[in-house]
Amino acid sequence: MEILMALVIGILFMCATYLMLSKSLLRIIVGTGLLSHGAHLLILTMGSLKRGAVPLLGENASSYTDPIPQALILTAIVISFGVTAFFLVLAYRAYQELGTDNMDKMRGNKGND
Amino acid sequence: MSLLHLAIISPFLLAILVPILYKLLRKVHAGWFVLPLPMLLFIYFLSYIPRTSIQQTVIKSFAWIPTLGIDFTFKVDGLGLLFALLITGIGSLVVFYSIYYLSKDKEQLNTFYVYLLLFMGAMLGVVLSDNLIVLYTFWELTSFSSFLLIGYWYDREKSRYGAQKSMLITVFGGLSMLGGIILLYLMTGTFSISEIIQQSNEILTNPFFIPAMLCILLGAFTKSAQFPFHIWLPDAMEAPTPVSAYLHSATMVKAGIYLVARMSPIFAENGLWVWLVAGFGIVTLFWGAFSAVKQTDLKGILAYSTVSQLGMIMSLLGIGGAAFHFDSSNNSYFTVATVAAVFHLINHATFKGSLFMVAGIVDHETGTRDIRKLGGLMYFMPITFTIAIIGTFSMAGLPPFNGFLSKEMFFTAMVRVLEIGIFNLETWGVLFPIIAWVASIFTFVYSMLLVFKTFTGKFQSEKLAKKPHEAPIGMLIPPTILASLVIIIGFFPNLLSNTIIAPAVAAIMPNFKVDVHISFWHGFTTELFMTLGVIVIGILLYKALPKWRRVYRLFPEKFSLNRLYNSILDVSQRASRTMTNRYLTGFSRTYLLYLFAFFIIILATTLFVKDAFTVKTNNLSSIHLSEAILALVISIGAISIIFAKSRLTSIILLGAVGYTVSIFFVLFRAPDLALTQLVIETISVALFLLCFYHLPKFKKREERMRFRIANAVISVGVGAIVTMIAMSAHSNKLFDSIAQYYVDNTYEKAAGKNMVNVILVDFRGFDTMFEITVLAIAALGIFGMIKLRLEGGKKNENQ
Repeated sequence: MEILMALVIGILFMCATYLMLSKSLLRIIVGTGLLSHGAHLLILTMGSLKRGAVPLLGENASSYTDPIPQALILTAIVISFGVTAFFLVLAYRAYQELGTDNMDKMRGNKGND
Repeated sequence: MSLLHLAIISPFLLAILVPILYKLLRKVHAGWFVLPLPMLLFIYFLSYIPRTSIQQTVIKSFAWIPTLGIDFTFKVDGLGLLFALLITGIGSLVVFYSIYYLSKDKEQLNTFYVYLLLFMGAMLGVVLSDNLIVLYTFWELTSFSSFLLIGYWYDREKSRYGAQKSMLITVFGGLSMLGGIILLYLMTGTFSISEIIQQSNEILTNPFFIPAMLCILLGAFTKSAQFPFHIWLPDAMEAPTPVSAYLHSATMVKAGIYLVARMSPIFAENGLWVWLVAGFGIVTLFWGAFSAVKQTDLKGILAYSTVSQLGMIMSLLGIGGAAFHFDSSNNSYFTVATVAAVFHLINHATFKGSLFMVAGIVDHETGTRDIRKLGGLMYFMPITFTIAIIGTFSMAGLPPFNGFLSKEMFFTAMVRVLEIGIFNLETWGVLFPIIAWVASIFTFVYSMLLVFKTFTGKFQSEKLAKKPHEAPIGMLIPPTILASLVIIIGFFPNLLSNTIIAPAVAAIMPNFKVDVHISFWHGFTTELFMTLGVIVIGILLYKALPKWRRVYRLFPEKFSLNRLYNSILDVSQRASRTMTNRYLTGFSRTYLLYLFAFFIIILATTLFVKDAFTVKTNNLSSIHLSEAILALVISIGAISIIFAKSRLTSIILLGAVGYTVSIFFVLFRAPDLALTQLVIETISVALFLLCFYHLPKFKKREERMRFRIANAVISVGVGAIVTMIAMSAHSNKLFDSIAQYYVDNTYEKAAGKNMVNVILVDFRGFDTMFEITVLAIAALGIFGMIKLRLEGGKKNENQ
């Protein structure tokens, strides 16, 4: 399972990188979204997967899944949402002001080189 | 911390207070707050004379970075004290003068005095530090304050140019000096000058000895405006005249001379030192004097004259260094050069200081410093004229002023070069007295030009902006004091010989017993005839100046050092701009490329070097069919985003990936994550769709093939690296998990049963608090972006 997840994470990172390198602002934002998904899964995979019970003491299990990655990811999900929201509104406003979402044209260049 | 430390720090402390006082008491000229300090310090340093005159040194230490051998060790000996007295003495006069020179209504006086105090403190630090690193720190601080003071009228282009030039040249030298200091440290293992001097015999043959000497000399030569680094000094004359009088004539430019004097016991055993210091000095002496004659600006003449006089002192120190080769018995014959250097240092400060102040008065009262426009001012400003006569005659080396005495000693030292007979001085050394004599003739000529073109001749009122009149008494007092010193020292030279000069010479030549006796009349000696020759030929040349002025046109402007400096500056600026533009393109894509490339290279290298990439298959958890399908879904979803033609598709696919991730969270025993992810993903998709409404459509084929391939290569690299890291991270467990701590303590310490929640709100509560802060900042930013509109921001709203 871990190796499979490693491959999935790699694909997520790869797609995210490709999208972030493109010129359209919207694609860049989508790329950052994918990147955070990949990062979350990476953190989770670094601690082992599917070992023990859900980290709730009420389960009375003999062993529990590592709660620390989960706590980290929970924070990261919320932060990445904040960043995405900020980024989206920035793109929207930049488009309103500048009339383009192409990163090259935003600088006043012709772009598309 | 001692009183000595306090004395050196006090200018900095006052520099903090001055702006406050300036704001509170606008009616009082800020100079009055500053003036008491240099006066008090002057008196304080005078109190050291009884001790230094019997060769006692006072050392006070205060630890700074003891592990590196860097301490605030301040040492007052004859040499340091001489400079400290110059700094505080001339400093008092200059501050007094500036109160009348700078108008309190028109000028930013607070900054001016802050810079001036900064300089004063730094300069005291330079001349009193025994620790080379501390000395270097203060040294650079003098460069900075000089930069700020030259650029004081920063709205003038020439000021900015001059400030930059002085900064570049002196800091270049300063850095090389730092290199020399470090080489000295490598040889001796200490930064203390006194300890290095004790080891001076052992390091003579060290391979670092010559490089260290060259580096330190470079620092001294740039600071003291020695040829060919002298070009910054004339441009530094854009500073207000009190600054020129203080920094660029009496004190800062002598820091290089101080350094050479201080380092003489270490390096002077070597013949190269003698040749370099004396050679550069004598060339500078000649070139400065020669160039001064063609100047038409009063301050320009004074600048080149300062360059020339600095060269003279430098050459004397170099020749004086030769004395280190003789045992102490017959040394007084050759130490005359060092005595002359110290004596002329004092004399130069007095006459040049007064002349700069005179130039300032002329500028202030007539509105120009151009000697072609000036003339006949002696009728309007008789006192200034008298001061100028005293200053220039002393500078030209005429009796009975102090300049005559030191110039005679200079000739003596130069003539004796022929008798030294080491370092090949007996062959080429004959050039020294010849160049010295020729340079003295030019010195005579420009001195006469300075005073007679300004004060005698025809008065040209139509060329002057103002009607000239005598300066206010406040501006006359400081130059008068200096001019009286010129005369007093001239008549009673031995007033200083045992109190100031002998201790200073003793500090430069620690193993010599120096007996200083300066006399007015030596009989009909070679020196006297040399002086007579200077006067006769000088007068002839002065009278015939229009006939031979053409000589200066023989040197084409194209080959001047200033041209060289400008073109070096120009070329380096253009080259660095081209280079910077090449990698700082301003496109986020370029920077991301750097980031990702760096990411790949660093991580791949680390994995390879540390041999960290391992895949262990023994500790894996099982795969269900459903999980495999989910993995396939998420991969296909992610890849199809890349190929999505429309915005809507890509947003929906992103949502699909997000929801799949949340299902993974369920499978991986993370219910809280799954819940949060579901909620967040829903909101995100909604937000995306909201913005999607406003953002433009994807353009087809907007990117070229090469561009895509580059992107693809980078992204595949990133993906591969992350996969490898994920596998290795799973396979190498270097540390035990700390999870057990939470399992044990969650209920006992935080009374909660959901470990993840307890970690977030209790164990790592601050993290969560800052996370909320980040959200709040993002929310504020979004609110701001939507609410605040730039002018004309509506134009694309309805597209």
